[in-house]
Amino acid sequence: MRELAAAIAAGERSAVSVLEEHLARIEERDGELRAFNLVMADQALAEAASVDAAVQRGDELGPLAGIPVALKDNLCTRGVPTTCSSRMLAGWRPPYDATVVQRLRAAGAVIIGKTNLDEFAMGSSTENSAFGPTRNPHDPSRVPGGSSGGSAAAVAAGFSALALGSDTGGSIRQPAALCGVVGVKPTYGAVSRYGLVAFASSLDQIGPLAATVADAALCYEAIAGHDPRDSTSLPGSALRPSSALDGGVRGLRVGVLAELCGSSSSAALGSSARTLAGASEFGDRSVLAGNEAMRGPSVASSADAMRGNGAVRGVEGIADDVLARLDQAVAALRDAGAVVSTVSVPSAVLGLSAYYLIAPAEASSNLARFDGVRYGLRVSGATAAEMNVATRTAGFGAEVKRRIMLGTYALSAGYYDAFYGKALRVRTLMLEEFAAAYDDVDVLICPTAPTTAFEFGAKTADPMLMYLSDVCTIPSNLTGHPAVSVPFGSGADGLPVGVQVMGPALSEERLFSVAAVLERAAPGAASEGLEK
Amino acid sequence: MATLARLRFSDEELDELASQLSGVLAHAADVDAFDLSGVAPTSHPQPLANVMRPDELAESLDRAEVLAAAPSVVDGQFQVPPLLGDEP
Repeated sequence: MRELAAAIAAGERSAVSVLEEHLARIEERDGELRAFNLVMADQALAEAASVDAAVQRGDELGPLAGIPVALKDNLCTRGVPTTCSSRMLAGWRPPYDATVVQRLRAAGAVIIGKTNLDEFAMGSSTENSAFGPTRNPHDPSRVPGGSSGGSAAAVAAGFSALALGSDTGGSIRQPAALCGVVGVKPTYGAVSRYGLVAFASSLDQIGPLAATVADAALCYEAIAGHDPRDSTSLPGSALRPSSALDGGVRGLRVGVLAELCGSSSSAALGSSARTLAGASEFGDRSVLAGNEAMRGPSVASSADAMRGNGAVRGVEGIADDVLARLDQAVAALRDAGAVVSTVSVPSAVLGLSAYYLIAPAEASSNLARFDGVRYGLRVSGATAAEMNVATRTAGFGAEVKRRIMLGTYALSAGYYDAFYGKALRVRTLMLEEFAAAYDDVDVLICPTAPTTAFEFGAKTADPMLMYLSDVCTIPSNLTGHPAVSVPFGSGADGLPVGVQVMGPALSEERLFSVAAVLERAAPGAASEGLEK
Repeated sequence: MATLARLRFSDEELDELASQLSGVLAHAADVDAFDLSGVAPTSHPQPLANVMRPDELAESLDRAEVLAAAPSVVDGQFQVPPLLGDEP
């Protein structure tokens, strides 16, 4: 993409021809893949033509001038349908642009279309879209992951150079891993959410998906920075991760996150509702102190040794082929000069349980705004209340209703303290334990997703099985910390595997430099045969 | 719960929902069983509070554009069915 941007700026390529090339790929393959809810060809051609005119005039150009970018369809675009892949908002045209959309345009980007997602960003496969699922470009019989599955597929298939997604529990990183692209969940507050249709407000972040780490860094810089229209936006100067890409990892302390690097037994996924083995054993917080001894290179200095250590109870169901790639990634970092150790964060195993109380609770509140009054669907009723019920019953799909019901329950009188209240305390515990871990290491590493892309229908019957897809990504949402998923080779089925690098708040520059090292060291098999 | 959430389900849907939500709440029991006494709750990951902007006039959304997206409008206002009546 950087070469493309340079060629457009130098007048060697026209932005219009670059766009037409991408539109041709969409024309050729999106009938099958269905990455897009809407392709904005006419508007995009006009934007590309104005970039070319600016080049002719010799105007100063933005860093993304002429670069086609796809937007997840829960990002508001003024006058252009924004559906959240829900019947509730089919045909809705927002009266304003999201801040990230304004910033992309200011950087010269050409908005090429709106991508498919699980309805209201709730899901891990795009199978919850009211308009039908997106297919994985690497194998159309598999899901692309979700909820930003359309954005991940669009980048993987070469439909757009960049895409934006939103990440509440892994919805950028997990589809990025399953589609073999780079996905970034920024620090909570680093990117404005103004104009993102809210799912769970204390967790949601917007971030880039891209073919390379360098492309993702440029996109990050274009969208990040304080916005007075989002009260959760962090003040202060924006980070410059693209300046850190060549930083390397010499002397960097890398921790392999024991609890999320699983047992090598793959038997657990789906075998019972209770897959977080031994979670309750961590009720005594002295266990954390007991694991202090594990930190440091002298004990369990490799992922293999760590897995043999019975003292660590992690999540089960991380597939062997994924763990094998993680081992390779860890070895690559060590070869590049990183100091690798194994780190324990016992509460990480509780992330999934806490998340499935907090996120539905916030969603049940946020989605109360869809009442048939001001925008979107209305189904008539004799009274306003009848109209509300008829509208919501017809407008929301099964998964959205499930989460609204779960959240309503978790917040209801008599259950609030036991469920939602406790989940908020788990969140504190996680923040404390991750902070302690980051005293000892600079970044943590683990798989992005437990498996490679799965088949359609494989997890739709059992919601909990689907939720487990996000077990490794959820902790960063609960803590508000940034995380990057980088493609790292393929699994036994030849499909992409992603490795996740996590760090403390506002450590994006460090994460991108680690990601760049992993990208250079990655086995190249996953993306072969796909146009970029 | 459905009444609180302003949703309607068939008996079959309720049965399915009950069994699925029980599965999810079985996980939540892991949290419930955890001794968290003395740990304060965190509702938000960043230490920001009471974010204020200067009290200055600024452009807001275009009224006609906002109303154009509404299901029913009368005299420049949102129109809804009668509010009073039996609860569903």
